[in-house]
Amino acid sequence: MYKGGKIIASLILFVAFLSIPFFYNMGKVNAGPENLQASISQLDGQQCVESADYMRSNHMQLLNKWRQSDVRDGKTVYVNSQGKSFDISLQSCLECHATQATKNTVGVNNPALKTSDQFCVSCHNYASVKPTCWSCHAGPEGAPK
Amino acid sequence: MKALLSFLAVIILILVATFGGSVENLHFLFGIIIPYLAFVMFVGGFVYRIIKWGRSPVPFRIPTTIGQQKSLPWIKQNKIENPTSTLGVIVRMAMEVFFFRSLFRNTKTELTQGAKGPIISHGSAKWLWLGSLFFHWSFLIIIIRHLRFFLEPVPVFVQLFDSIDGILQIGLPPIYLTDLFFLVAVTFLLVRRFVVPQLRYISLPADFFPLFLIMSIAISGMLMRYFYRIDIVAVKQLALGLAQLHPVLPEGIGAIFYVHLFLISSLFAYFPLSKLMHMGGIFMSPTRNMISNSRMVRHINPWDHEVEVHTYAQYEDEFREKMKKAGIPVEKE
Amino acid sequence: MAKPEKIKTPKPGEIASSIDFKSPATDWMDTPTEIKPGNFCWGAKEKDLLTLGLPNPRQWSPLDDDWKLPEGWKSTILDGLSDRLSKYRSFKIFMDICVRCGACADKCHFYIGSGDPKNMPVLRAELIRSVYKKYFTASGKFLGRLAGARELDEDVLKEWWSYFFQCTECRRCSVFCPYGIDQAEVTIIGRELLNLVGLNIDWIAGPAAACYMKGNHLGLEPHAIKGNIESMCDDIEDLTGIRVDPSFNRKGADILFITPSGDLLGDPGIFTNMGYLMLFHELGLNYTWSTYASEGGNFGFFTSNDMAKRLNYKIYAEAKRLGVKWIIGGECGHMWRVLNQYMDTWNGPADFLEVPKSPITGTVFENARSTKMVHITEFTADLIKHGKIKLDPSRNDHLKVTYHDSCNTSRGMGLLEEPRYIIKASCNNFYEMPENTIREKTFCCGSGSGLNASENMEQRMRGGLARANAVKYVQDKHGVNVLANICAVDRAAFPALMDYWCPGVGVYGTHELLANALVMTGEKERVTDLRGDDLPGKEGNE
Repeated sequence: MYKGGKIIASLILFVAFLSIPFFYNMGKVNAGPENLQASISQLDGQQCVESADYMRSNHMQLLNKWRQSDVRDGKTVYVNSQGKSFDISLQSCLECHATQATKNTVGVNNPALKTSDQFCVSCHNYASVKPTCWSCHAGPEGAPK
Repeated sequence: MKALLSFLAVIILILVATFGGSVENLHFLFGIIIPYLAFVMFVGGFVYRIIKWGRSPVPFRIPTTIGQQKSLPWIKQNKIENPTSTLGVIVRMAMEVFFFRSLFRNTKTELTQGAKGPIISHGSAKWLWLGSLFFHWSFLIIIIRHLRFFLEPVPVFVQLFDSIDGILQIGLPPIYLTDLFFLVAVTFLLVRRFVVPQLRYISLPADFFPLFLIMSIAISGMLMRYFYRIDIVAVKQLALGLAQLHPVLPEGIGAIFYVHLFLISSLFAYFPLSKLMHMGGIFMSPTRNMISNSRMVRHINPWDHEVEVHTYAQYEDEFREKMKKAGIPVEKE
Repeated sequence: MAKPEKIKTPKPGEIASSIDFKSPATDWMDTPTEIKPGNFCWGAKEKDLLTLGLPNPRQWSPLDDDWKLPEGWKSTILDGLSDRLSKYRSFKIFMDICVRCGACADKCHFYIGSGDPKNMPVLRAELIRSVYKKYFTASGKFLGRLAGARELDEDVLKEWWSYFFQCTECRRCSVFCPYGIDQAEVTIIGRELLNLVGLNIDWIAGPAAACYMKGNHLGLEPHAIKGNIESMCDDIEDLTGIRVDPSFNRKGADILFITPSGDLLGDPGIFTNMGYLMLFHELGLNYTWSTYASEGGNFGFFTSNDMAKRLNYKIYAEAKRLGVKWIIGGECGHMWRVLNQYMDTWNGPADFLEVPKSPITGTVFENARSTKMVHITEFTADLIKHGKIKLDPSRNDHLKVTYHDSCNTSRGMGLLEEPRYIIKASCNNFYEMPENTIREKTFCCGSGSGLNASENMEQRMRGGLARANAVKYVQDKHGVNVLANICAVDRAAFPALMDYWCPGVGVYGTHELLANALVMTGEKERVTDLRGDDLPGKEGNE
């Protein structure tokens, strides 16, 4: 094979490159984001503002809507699809989505948000999505911007 | 007609995938078996094709010289387009692979009838170059971005691509620049095959099919991200499972995801069978990857063989008398 | 068999207005090939194929329905195709990776001049690619036409013959192809396949047979070569008062000089040849001509790889026999593609020669250290740079010069600056043609690769239109009246092309221009140039 060595070497490199994901994750457990259930399961209705399915796919839309109503339109109450009302506030989220120990300390220095075993951060890190919440909200110290 | 057939083929693929995505029992097939199969076909087929090419030798040193040769020391050699060193070839190949150097040269020939006869002009034509460049680079960046589904923890460089790509921060989730470029570029590449008469004439179904397929992959991906949102965490669990060789099938991933995945699998499987192999072929093209030193170093042809020749002795035998008469020296008097 | 008849070439205006770049209504696979007078060359003659020992020698005419193909021609072609796929990586890759992006389409001079879509390089390659797909790929076998595949039949073979002899192997498409797909390579192999069943053209097989037996394409026998050159010496003596005395087949010379035989016969080639003679004489160069290796060009290259090697053999064989140190090659296009990229591989190593070193300047031609063969413009440019020859460019002041890069020396070698350097030193009025038509993007004369016959004149005028049009541009803009070149085929083909598209432009070899300007030791005052035209300021002196 003319220049066979180079061809084989390039092919090995090519295949090695393609198999990066296999080696990178080798031996790790595919557990998904930690603490996915968080404290939501401790609630009576076991439901967030909307259904879990809806929230998983569309929470960013909802938060966007909340921002719009609260900041621009001055509406501070959200009525969900089942007619239930919620205060439009980050606080409403943290009611559930924070460990008991750190509840109600948002905005100052909430360790719940900066460690990876907590709700927002763990999922967002897992999917590699950076929320823009903290570009306006005074984030907890060290929270990802 | 050719385009229509290719379009229908892609529609059938989409229908098959929609069916597969909506029947729970088929998820194992569409989410796990087919992607694995496609990956194996891609890697295996790609390697097979390259080796098959490699088994044919390169009998002659035939670079296309696109610049001044190396000759006298005071004449400036074009060290890249007429390279006499390995480095020159590497730079030349890099220019071709990363920046489509040859396509950048493209001109458009136009013939007009002037008062004193025809006038042929060769104007610059960079659209094909631009479209292809955007298409290929966007495709590459999109693939790199997708690594976030296959790697845990997600490496910094993947995050970096992601944040740069979404730098406009328009919409939620923010729109990726590459998504826009990609869609525009693939549309351009498709439309030119319809509107440029010469191109329409030379295009085969095999030219339309990959374009339709790639376009449908892009559209299904964008629908998922911007319109019919799906559970990203579940998608990552599936993808990661595949990469860890411990496949899992999380519940509640929308059917559209299965369409996206099936179309990609189709592209992967189709790749080595098709002209898409130009991805590997460009590296092996003898007119581009050879050092232009044929007068400096002898190139060996492995299948070189003896040929019948007409020797000087035979020649002199025929013309000896005439040569002697003309005063031309001969070997045998 | 149909008899050759006088073929009328249409007027320039008729050709120009007939080009419309509109594709036929039918798909190219369904569009029959028209073997049209004026657009093809006569088939190879029986006697020439016999001389060369090539397959299927017979009398035939492309105008007949029956081309007298040999028994089992189809398997001969398919086996030949399979053989070449395993021998040429270039061919195999070019068959597989074309994406039909169309970048090459309007780069071909034959497409520009004819508007025939099958002259787009991509489609010309597709003629053979479609057959490759049918018999050598899974998709073609199963999907057939859907995959762009088709059966090989007699019509397909005729189509190949028509279009592979409408490609001059100029490589211009390869410059623009993003993968470097080279239609020249496809045409070379296409022609090899056609030759397996005896489908060559007369204008190639004839010169190749002559070259094989007599040493040169023109079939000049040894005494005729000497006679021709000596009569050039007479003309030189009339012009300069100096007697040039070249030697032939002389052992003990330092240098063997080989030029295309086109320079030995006929206007304007002989003027270039006189230029070589005058230059070498002025230098006192210890060199010799050979009557055996009296051809630099290689029409075997337009037949098959083997045939090219058989003709090329003579160069090194003669250099060895005469015991020279190295070789200088004259002005020629495809000759230099062969010498540069093939000769050493075929007939080397030339270890009996020395690395070329100019005896005048001492310059060692490192770039030719393996082939030991130097292009004459490299040799001469070096002389001028070192001030070893005296030039009076004002003697060319009556000429307004532009320069045509030969396809093969530009895209198969990269010889771009050397001839320009010589021309600029020899002429005061030099004008480049437009950027996209020169150097590596140069346009073919339309008659290369063995197509400069007379029966295909219409095709040649169409093929040369792009080149001629660029000449016309500088003719209109600067009053250019000289098209300089470094190619014997150019010198043979351009006069007709210039008369047709831009009358008033003469065709000159680079060394003719040099010889006009060359001030020779002891020469008498010149009153005319080599052609007998009055020198500027010397009008009416005779």
